[in-house]
Order: sequence, then C-alpha cells, then structure tokens
Amino acid sequence: MAQAVLPPGEIEVEAPVKAQGYWSTVWQRLRRDPVAIGAGTVLLLLFGMAIFAPWVAPADPLQGSMIDRLKPIGTEGYPLGADELGRDMLSRLIWGARFSLLMGVTPVVFAFFIGSTIGIIAGYAGGITNSVIMRTIDVFYAFPSVLLAVALSGALGAGFGNALLSLTVVFVPPIARIAESVTTQLRSRDFVEAARASGAGALTIIRVHVLGNVLGPIFVYATSLISVSMILASGLSFLGLGVRPPAAEWGLMLNTLRTAIYVQPWVAALPGVMIFATSISFNLLSDSLRSAMDIKT
Amino acid sequence: MSRQPLLQVRGLKKHFPLERKLFGGAGKTVHAVDGVDFDVLEGETLGVVGESGCGKSTTARLLMHLIDPTIGTIVFDGAPVENTRLSLRNYRRRVQMVFQDSYSSLNPRLTIEASIAFGPEVHGTPKKEALARTHDLLERVGLEPARFAERYPHELSGGQRQRVNIARALALQPKVIILDEAVSALDKSVEAQVLNLLLDLKEEFGLTYVFISHDLNVVQFVSDRVMVMYLGKIAELGRSETVFGNARHPYSTALLSSMPSIDPDNRTQHVPLAGDPPNPIDPPAGCRFHTRCAHAETVCSLTEPPLAQVEPDHQAACHMGVAGSGHSRAPEARTAAAAE
Repeated sequence: MAQAVLPPGEIEVEAPVKAQGYWSTVWQRLRRDPVAIGAGTVLLLLFGMAIFAPWVAPADPLQGSMIDRLKPIGTEGYPLGADELGRDMLSRLIWGARFSLLMGVTPVVFAFFIGSTIGIIAGYAGGITNSVIMRTIDVFYAFPSVLLAVALSGALGAGFGNALLSLTVVFVPPIARIAESVTTQLRSRDFVEAARASGAGALTIIRVHVLGNVLGPIFVYATSLISVSMILASGLSFLGLGVRPPAAEWGLMLNTLRTAIYVQPWVAALPGVMIFATSISFNLLSDSLRSAMDIKT
Repeated sequence: MSRQPLLQVRGLKKHFPLERKLFGGAGKTVHAVDGVDFDVLEGETLGVVGESGCGKSTTARLLMHLIDPTIGTIVFDGAPVENTRLSLRNYRRRVQMVFQDSYSSLNPRLTIEASIAFGPEVHGTPKKEALARTHDLLERVGLEPARFAERYPHELSGGQRQRVNIARALALQPKVIILDEAVSALDKSVEAQVLNLLLDLKEEFGLTYVFISHDLNVVQFVSDRVMVMYLGKIAELGRSETVFGNARHPYSTALLSSMPSIDPDNRTQHVPLAGDPPNPIDPPAGCRFHTRCAHAETVCSLTEPPLAQVEPDHQAACHMGVAGSGHSRAPEARTAAAAE
C-alpha cells in the first residue's frame, strides 16, 4: 500500500506496462510451437531447393540415358535412382519442386484476393446483395472440386497457365464463403456499429475495422488449401492437363513412373513422397497458425 | 422552461419482418417500437426504463439512425434527420452512442487511441490533431494517456474499456450521447465511478444524455425526466420526481415497487408483476398492459389509451388518467384537476 492516493481510473487491475500488438503475440506463440517449427523448416528447405534448383541439382533433369533406365536408389551417380528414361531422379525432384510449389501456391494466392474481396463485400453488404453473390458462388459447389478443375482445364486446353486458371476458379468459392461468414459475424459486433455511428463510410469501415479482423481467419483457411491445390495440380499433370513432359513436375513424374511400380517401387514412389511431405507440412503449419491466432483474452 | 427540444421524435415505429414469405403475403412482424413520441430537451438527462424486450435498445439504435425506422421522424435541433449521406454524417457528429458491451464495442485489433481517433479522422481532422484530442480525452476520462493510449482493449478492465468508449463518443464533440445500458455490465463500485464521470462530463461539455437502463436506482439517480416503455410504447413520461414519486400508469407503479429497498424492514413482499410481457409479434389489442394490469376493465381491452397529459410535465398512457375514458377510476370530465 505504498500509493496512498489513486485516481479513480487506476483502482482497477494494473496492466503490463508495454503493450503488445496482436501479430507479434501470434509470432511469439508460433515460435514456441515445435510442430510449427518443424513444418516451417521443411517448407523453407523445399522452397530453397526450388529457388536454387540450378545450383543444388547434381545433374541435368532432362538429360536421359538409355543404359541407366530405372536404376535403383543408391546407384553410383544416381543417389535417388533414375526414371524410365534414365534421368537423374534427385535432379528431377529438385527441379520439379519449382512447378509443384508454384502450382500449389499461385492459385491459392489469386483465389485469396478474389475470394476475400467477393466474400467481404457480400458479408458487409448483407441482404439481397449477399444472397445474389453467395447463391452464384454456390453454383460452383454443385461440382466436386476435382471434377471442376479437370473439366475447366479440359475445356481451356492443356498447359501450365490454364491449369493455374482453373485451379484459381476452383478455390474462389470456398474462400469467398469463409470470408462472407467471418464478415457477417463481424458486422453485427458493436464496434462496427460504433464506426457507422461515427459517420464513417462503408469503405473506410471495411479498411480500418473489418480487414484486420477477417484476413487472419481467411489466411489460415487459405494456407490449408495449398496442399489441396498441389494435389489437384499433380492430378491435372497426371492426367496430362497440366505441365507437359518432359518438364519435371511431381504429379507428372508420378504418372510416368506408374508403369515402373513393380520394377522399381521405391523410385516410383518418390514423387508421391514429396507431394505428401509438402502438403502435410502446409497443413500442419496452417493448424499451428490457427491455434496461435486463437487468442482469447 | 421553454427550451426548444434538441431531439423531437414523432410517430417512430420499427417493425422487424420475421419470416418474409417468398410469394406475396406479409409474414409476421415484431413490433419492436410501435409509435413513440417524445422530446429530449437540451441539457437534460432523459432516462428510459422498461423490461427487456420493451424496445429500449431499438429506440436507441433508431435515434442513432443505425437502423432505418419503418415510419416516423426524428428532428434534431429543428432540422429533420434524413437518410442522406451528408445529413447523416452531420447528425452523427452531434449524436453519439455508448454501447453496453464494452469489449464488443472496441475493435480488438486497434489500439485505444486509434479507436478513439477514428471518428475525428473520418470527419477530416488531421491525424496529429485527432491524436492530441484523443490524449486530452483519455486524460479527462481518467486514463493516463502515457500508460493507456497504446494498449489494446483486452488489456483493460471493463470499467476502463467503458471509459474508452465514453472518450470515443466524446471525440466527435457531440451534443447528445445515447447511453444504452452503458453502466449495466459493470460491477457496482466501478458503475458508481463511471456514473460520476458521466455526470461530470455532462457538466463540463454541456451534454444531453439519453440514458437507457433497466436499473431503476441508477435511472433515478441520473435522470431529469424519465420515460417508461412497455412493449414498444411509452407508458409514462415525466419529470423524474413525479414519475418516481407519483406514478400514474399501473405498469410504472408495478415497476417501481419492484425496486429493492435498502431498508430491511421495507422489503418487497409480493411479486409486483407476474408473468412475462406478451409477445411483441402479436401485441394485445387495446391497452398493451391490460393482460397484466390489476385495474384492467373492459375499456382497456377495447381502446388504446393515448399518451395524455395528467399534470404539467407528466404524461401517462392509461385510461385511468384520461377524463371520460370510460374507466371507472377515470376522473370526471372537466374536474380532472380537482380529482387529483
């Protein structure tokens, strides 16, 4: 009881002296999560590998050799074996990371911007605008996502760009739906009402009060879609609708090595292992992010 | 007392459609606020009381124009408030609101100062000036700017957050502040501090309050005039002393007798009001209170009593107060004053 006189406002609980922002708290919590650290490290390595492929890869991914076809793992000069055309698997996996990660991340990034915009507008406007936008979005739900991607790619024609486009279209509806539901919840909160009561326009309110609160949850959801996107992209390549041979891409490699599954099962499984490792890392990281962002005080 | 009313509310109604039928035919509607007329005088505190669901908060939101009225007008300082962008912007600078839930009414991602400075910035005050005003206001509501300005809402207690909300309302330099259950969620000691702060601020800034609460003790403490609402209508309206001392509407009487007394010998013995209020989807015909009223007669279920003058500065919507209404307890026509 050292302080004898306190102004009325300070009789209540003493708070810590230094205030901490939301995102720095999230970052601190994430840093203390071993799963997040593990998944993050794996992803960092994968991205590093993709970016520095020309320097990391020991051999030319496109240079085949008829003698060395389907060499097993551990062969001299082929640390991870050779594929059905005698190309070095390790180099192809490293180069393949470029296409695969690009196909995983790009559609989700585009869909994140498009879907969030649509969803936030629908959620904030409410009423008839919301119904029209969301029912239109719902049309896309009539098709299973794999089928939709395949159908769109098929209609647009095979190729890398078209595959990206069709995957983006596939991911806009789910992201828009999440954005809409988060925004709708937020809109009824008193602080949005208070912002309206202070005479602010819709755009200002969305910029200052809505975005900061909805982008987090949408972002978490979008990260979980990256693995889906990778698998779908691999599927498209597998069907011959994505990246074309001889380029290295994990889905495509899985397809061409399919026939070798009885001859060299380990080599044939390698692209699948990479896809699996990448998508599970993205999923684990997005889970950790979700729990780190769930700060209740 | 011929002050021009600062706010004039006339025939204000808000009906919420419940289930809008797809093809034709109006669905059911909730008659949340069903035709209220009242004035708010400059510099006064108008207390609004009533049970939950009687339309207090809807009235507040209508006053703030957060929702559009079904019908009715609000005149502020002689000029009708219209639903145009410019008119609303100006209006909202003059009339502000403090919400009940101190946590939900602050953006969790913004610092305290950013939340308070938001309003002035929207109205074109330069950022620096807005921040300076914010710090002044924080000081004024008893929160040291150096310690609190950069905090986030979750780091503050309920009372501190409500002080922030008050500062935010003041930041636009309004004339009227609508306090919608602003102190109800606080514990008693903090509530008293915040109430005193509100009274001080009113004096200092020359404010007018519309004070909505279900806590009759608090309303009696702060209000100059009191408005009792029941099922979307005004039951009684008058000076605080007269309503609390000489209630003319049976609902007000019942409400007041439910006020807990500090005197242990004077405890409330009987249940003053039984049951719940009728459903506002389908309000009773005639007087809305007749289903629960001890003095209900035939006339009460047939005709709706108007909000009539029972004495100077005191109106009640009860047949018992209207001369010649047909109620056995109504004063004789012409001798209304004598009967009192």
